[in-house]
Amino acid sequence: MLIDTSATTLVTLDDGTKILPPNLIITSLDKIVNWSRLSSIWPTTFGLACCAIEMMAAGAAHYDFDRFGIIFRGSPRQSDCMIVAGTVTKKMAPVVRRVYDQIPEPRYVVAMGSCACTGGVFRTYSTVQGCDTFLPVDVYVPGCPPRPETLMEGMMLLQEKIRKERARWSPWR
Amino acid sequence: MEQLERVLETRELNVSMGPQHPATHGVLRLVLDIDGETVVKVTPYVGYLHRGIEKLGESLSYFQALPLTDRMDYVSSMTNNIGYVNAVERLFGIEAPERARFIRTMVGEMARIANHLLWLATHALDIGAMTVFLYCFREREWILELFEKICGARLTVTYPRIGGVRNDVSQEFLDSLYKFTEEFPTRIPEYETLIDKNRIWLKRTVGIGVISAEEAVNWGLTGPTLRGSGVPYDVRKYMPYDAYDKVEFDVPIGTEGDTYDRYRCRMMEFRQSNNIIRQCIEKLPPGPVMADAPKFTLQPKDKMFPITHPTKKHAFYIDEKVCKGCGMCARACPAKAIFGEKKKPHKINQELCLSCANCYVTCKFKALKIVPGGKGLSEEKLRELAAAPLPEEIKNAAGHLVEHFTFVKRGPRAPEGELYVATEVPKGELGFYFVSDGSGKPYRMRIRAPSFIHAGVLPRLCVGHLVADVIANIGTIDLVLGECDR
Amino acid sequence: MAVIEVRLSLLPKGLEAKEIAEKIKENFPDQVIDVAEFRDQVSVIVKKDQITRICKYLHDDPLLSLDHLQDLTAVDYSGKKDVRFEVVYNLYSIEYRHKIRIRAQVPEPNPKINSVVPIWAGANWHERECFDMFGIVFTGHPDLRRILMPEDWEGHPLRKDYPLKGPEKEWSGYAQVVELARKLKEFEWEG
Repeated sequence: MLIDTSATTLVTLDDGTKILPPNLIITSLDKIVNWSRLSSIWPTTFGLACCAIEMMAAGAAHYDFDRFGIIFRGSPRQSDCMIVAGTVTKKMAPVVRRVYDQIPEPRYVVAMGSCACTGGVFRTYSTVQGCDTFLPVDVYVPGCPPRPETLMEGMMLLQEKIRKERARWSPWR
Repeated sequence: MEQLERVLETRELNVSMGPQHPATHGVLRLVLDIDGETVVKVTPYVGYLHRGIEKLGESLSYFQALPLTDRMDYVSSMTNNIGYVNAVERLFGIEAPERARFIRTMVGEMARIANHLLWLATHALDIGAMTVFLYCFREREWILELFEKICGARLTVTYPRIGGVRNDVSQEFLDSLYKFTEEFPTRIPEYETLIDKNRIWLKRTVGIGVISAEEAVNWGLTGPTLRGSGVPYDVRKYMPYDAYDKVEFDVPIGTEGDTYDRYRCRMMEFRQSNNIIRQCIEKLPPGPVMADAPKFTLQPKDKMFPITHPTKKHAFYIDEKVCKGCGMCARACPAKAIFGEKKKPHKINQELCLSCANCYVTCKFKALKIVPGGKGLSEEKLRELAAAPLPEEIKNAAGHLVEHFTFVKRGPRAPEGELYVATEVPKGELGFYFVSDGSGKPYRMRIRAPSFIHAGVLPRLCVGHLVADVIANIGTIDLVLGECDR
Repeated sequence: MAVIEVRLSLLPKGLEAKEIAEKIKENFPDQVIDVAEFRDQVSVIVKKDQITRICKYLHDDPLLSLDHLQDLTAVDYSGKKDVRFEVVYNLYSIEYRHKIRIRAQVPEPNPKINSVVPIWAGANWHERECFDMFGIVFTGHPDLRRILMPEDWEGHPLRKDYPLKGPEKEWSGYAQVVELARKLKEFEWEG
């Protein structure tokens, strides 16, 4: 039989069983919200040091981040992810925190590279020993600098993390 | 009417640009005083990426400080390594062999092309040409893949080493590099057709950021930024290092000293660099790639081969009579196979032992004995065999192993003195100033970073132009903040 | 736009570094303390009082014409030499291809030396960096502020008595950020 594709209510088949209309699916709210969030992660363009070059390479033609829906956004207010790409110095820390504070909820932080994760080789007076001292980091991407593939893996881990979230609605909105 | 005039008064606006700004090439901050659209005053703020490399270098041995130079100018880390190793070699008084010098010249020019590609990509992107960005990254990836072939890393390579290079290049690599040099000159016109005579590009670059030759020298500018003003100062020609005196190349210079001339200079350098790479491949002499200077360079691992090779199945045994129970070997053991009480002879669990010889080189009392081919034998048998004298071959290898260990631990001792050695990196003149007090660490390691000086000239270039031209000026001096702040 | 070929043999040879040192000695006999040589590089150690006059002479003399200030930095010799600081000028002549290094001794309490910004404009940021890292004051500098470290940073990092990992007391700006992050933590969403 022909099923009416424009149906908005249950469709009754010949044998009497009732099925959902063809253009309707049932899913949980979490699933659909998470799916839409993870498919369009927009990180702010925020390069600090060496890792920023690999981040650019990841965004350029060869590795092409766009196919994951990852598009770099110039302003933190229009993005929902921050890739801390490079060494965070003490002088820079207030700025990094301010950029993070400007990002609207839900927001995620990816620490890219050894320096952002732990301070790396730079155990000095001016370097922050890991950006998790003042930022809530979701994914750590190791490497000095990580290859674009590694960053890609990190972003996919972030997507997995978003996929598993339940009822992420900030009560302080 | 009087009231209206008061309301409509104009005043200068103070705009803070950066450190988080897509067009500042990193974490540069500019505070602009603007009168309408015209820039009146520019105050650059740097130091947002100051990691203390100079101070850190003073606490590390000459070998350990080499990877730090990668992280300075991360766009062309190969040339930074070359600058560092040239300075340290000069300080030690050693010279890299001919083949290593040619290889360095070759990879240095590859890094120059990669750097200029990234510069062109971002400079064009800032001014508004998106396509160039994608084209440039296509070729840049190609070079990075070639880098990967020789040293395994894309960006932070640490391929040149003190006294030569890390490893020899293969014929396969040379072939693929030659293919690149054949292909690359056909790609340059692709970028040029996009922007060279583009009316928007010309409007944004011609007559912007003009600086005369005298003034440019006075400001300490170097590299293409200086050559755009018509001064043919190139360290590769003026103070040749590596194999630059054995290859032929020209120095492109501009006439007007504006952004467009500097752009043309770098485009010409693409071709010159490509030529140099070609000549290096053709002239590459045979021979070793590491200087023979046992006091200053690491010796080949082949000398320790009879001990370190895993198929040789050596066992190690602690002589109870000699062992003082200091516990150094237990701490050095990666497999935690050594156990024992303090101040009592220790024992090795032969099942866990990896035969890495770490305990052997750490022991100050020579309590550890090598038992060649003793893997899997019983304790009694080992004790018996350990008493026997070692074969000559193993003895020599063991000596080399201990030497190697102490050498790596202490670092090479530089003679007392001070020197400044300059090399030409894509940005300009990179200088290393070392003060050595005769120990294994530099007493003072100073890096003369071209970007630092170039950032200082920004106020001079920008004042009087429009706000939009600030972006063009930042692009034209080819700024990398990692190098600027060090 | 032109491509020119620089031939090494065609470039003027210039003076030997030792000859330049001799010239400085002749013109400023009471200023030169010592001349040191290492690996063909000559450095002239001078007193700090007449440094601008010496530099002006080196820059303006038609036979020397040391117009390119390669590098300006300082070295902290605390405990090694009698005079704690030395300000180092690496000079090069693009025209004649010769070079010389000037080291001016700056003694410890209130280290002070005259600025050379009027001679080489490029010295501006170098001197600011020296002030930032060593605490050497350059009198006559147009804009002597900290450059690499934050304005309210305490201490001068490249001095030998400054610990590599920084002093015990954290810089106030960073401490504030950590404190802020701690405060805002309760508003973060946690799984």
